[in-house]
Amino acid sequence: MEKQWEDMSSDEKQEALFAKWMSPEGVEFKSPEAKRLYKERATRIKDALQLKKKPDRVPVFLIPSFAPAFYSGLTPREVMYDYEKANQAWKKFYLEIEPDAHFGCVAPGPGRFFDILDYKLYKWPGHGVPNNTTYQCIEGEYMMADEYDALIQDPTHFFNTVYLPRIFGALEPFKQLPNLTTYAEMYGTGITFFPYGLPDVQAAFKALLEAGSEALKWMGYFGAFMKEMPELGFPAGQVGYTKAPFDILADTLRGTKGIMMDMYRQPDKLIEAMDAMLPFWTQKGVIEAKMGGCPIIFIPLHKGADGFMSDEQYKKFYWPYLKKIIQGMVDEGVFPFIWAEGGYNSRLEVIRDLPKGKTAWLFDIVDIDKAKKALDGIACVAGTMPTDLLAVGTTQKAIDHTKRCIDVAGKGGGYIMSNGAFFDEVKWDNLKAMVETVKKYGVYK
Amino acid sequence: MAQDLVNTLADLKEQEAIKIAKDRLSAGEDPFKIMEDARKGMEIVGKRFSDSEYFIPDLVYSGEILKAVTELVKPKLTKAAESKKLGKIVFGTVAGDIHDIGKDIVVFMLDVNGFEVHDLGVDVPAQKFVDKIKETGAPIVGLSGFLALAFDSMKETVEAIKAAGLRDKVKVMIGGGQMSDEIKNYTGADAYGKDAMAGVTLAKKWIGAS
Repeated sequence: MEKQWEDMSSDEKQEALFAKWMSPEGVEFKSPEAKRLYKERATRIKDALQLKKKPDRVPVFLIPSFAPAFYSGLTPREVMYDYEKANQAWKKFYLEIEPDAHFGCVAPGPGRFFDILDYKLYKWPGHGVPNNTTYQCIEGEYMMADEYDALIQDPTHFFNTVYLPRIFGALEPFKQLPNLTTYAEMYGTGITFFPYGLPDVQAAFKALLEAGSEALKWMGYFGAFMKEMPELGFPAGQVGYTKAPFDILADTLRGTKGIMMDMYRQPDKLIEAMDAMLPFWTQKGVIEAKMGGCPIIFIPLHKGADGFMSDEQYKKFYWPYLKKIIQGMVDEGVFPFIWAEGGYNSRLEVIRDLPKGKTAWLFDIVDIDKAKKALDGIACVAGTMPTDLLAVGTTQKAIDHTKRCIDVAGKGGGYIMSNGAFFDEVKWDNLKAMVETVKKYGVYK
Repeated sequence: MAQDLVNTLADLKEQEAIKIAKDRLSAGEDPFKIMEDARKGMEIVGKRFSDSEYFIPDLVYSGEILKAVTELVKPKLTKAAESKKLGKIVFGTVAGDIHDIGKDIVVFMLDVNGFEVHDLGVDVPAQKFVDKIKETGAPIVGLSGFLALAFDSMKETVEAIKAAGLRDKVKVMIGGGQMSDEIKNYTGADAYGKDAMAGVTLAKKWIGAS
């Protein structure tokens, strides 16, 4: 009899998730060639990630933001609102450039969803920024400096009745909703539940239902894409994401300036709040890995980059809680794929403190020699094709950079060539040259 | 006492710095001297940032402390007592990009280092830069951008400055997110500054103040 999930060790759980990913359920390969390519690519990626074996060659990832839209001559606006067009554009991008994995067609998101709920946290193409532009976050304090206790005591109620009403205009009435953790018995029922009868609350729920339908419609297209790409021979490079606790608070709750003040004015509250976020965001990664049938979960990192804090602050506020999330997911068989956006040269020594062969680190701006040296035998290294080279460099420069990454970081395995940052419009010749160079030059002999 | 404000601000001791400023004001001291000390404290902050002893949170926090001190002192400052500016700079985040954190930090550091900064905000069309350069006669322009789309916006802005016949009258610096010397060459700017203090150093060099 097969071992039950709860009886497995973390290594067995990871292997079970990798096995699911290697032989995806319900996938009917379009051709024997697609089947062969899928196995080759998935094996190559798994070998590079786990550090147990040198792969046949260096794997190559392309993780785009709106690049596939531009590649098909579409605007970000069009792919955010026309889900079929998005699917076609993303498919074309991967089929024609042929990296070793696909990364879903998540970036375009369901445009109408944001319209219906009057999303305040971002500007997006055709809604505050031009149609040919990516979405952009509006910095602000969506949680106030004096709201830490409320968040810490009951994160879910805080999100439902404080955070969501601030970021979605249509959900503002939700700030009147009761805390249902205090509902237990018949006595007092009417007093607990009457807010659900208020006209503005009911209108908010109607908007939420309509937005939910739109999200479901989008999921239909997205799900079809996630099924079709493996059938065409492309394994998913990741199936979900979570965040570092510091970034959860810094990016969209307290804002960059707010969090920086908190580090001085209320460091203990900040730490308590990160602890409060941990179980939710660890579990999010685990659930998405199991649901997606793939152990690889992204953790994009933001405000711990070079310059964004001192070493001391990084060791106090950032690393311990990121490490807890990583460890919590690794224990459940997840393979965290950590994406250090921005510079990370100053953190290389600190991040060595990790279980060996259980994580990958994608670097945006890093000294590749130092990164490889620091993480050799500890974690898979990925990156580091810079956006400036892709966008304005010569093709020869892109090729040279790719070769240098392979020479240095590819040595002995444990390396994935990839773009360093989420990218939009670039020189397609440079992108293709990068992939072609890996295929020719990155073969292990 | 004077030294205290300089050092408490430089050491980011918020409460102490504010208390010293209050005490000195109520002792009837010349508010200009208090501001002068605050400026000296900020100079040390900038130096520590350049030496990688301080980082962005320290800069931002020092800005908050300075703001609190300034709010106390400013109502008592006479216009004439305000310090002479080193030079004018036109600054903004280029068209299509709404990111302001990096820009705000550079503008702030230029300001405390004695420059008169005309901050045009975010998502600034090329023409607006041109108009402001004409209006102020500023010899320095700072273009900020976080996204890759800013590469082209910066290029267009530099071209617009050129088309207006102003290119040889101004020095242009770029900075932010994915910027680099590669992008500096692409946009036709004069220099790329990797952080706020690099921007200050460039500006001082360009006006011959360093």
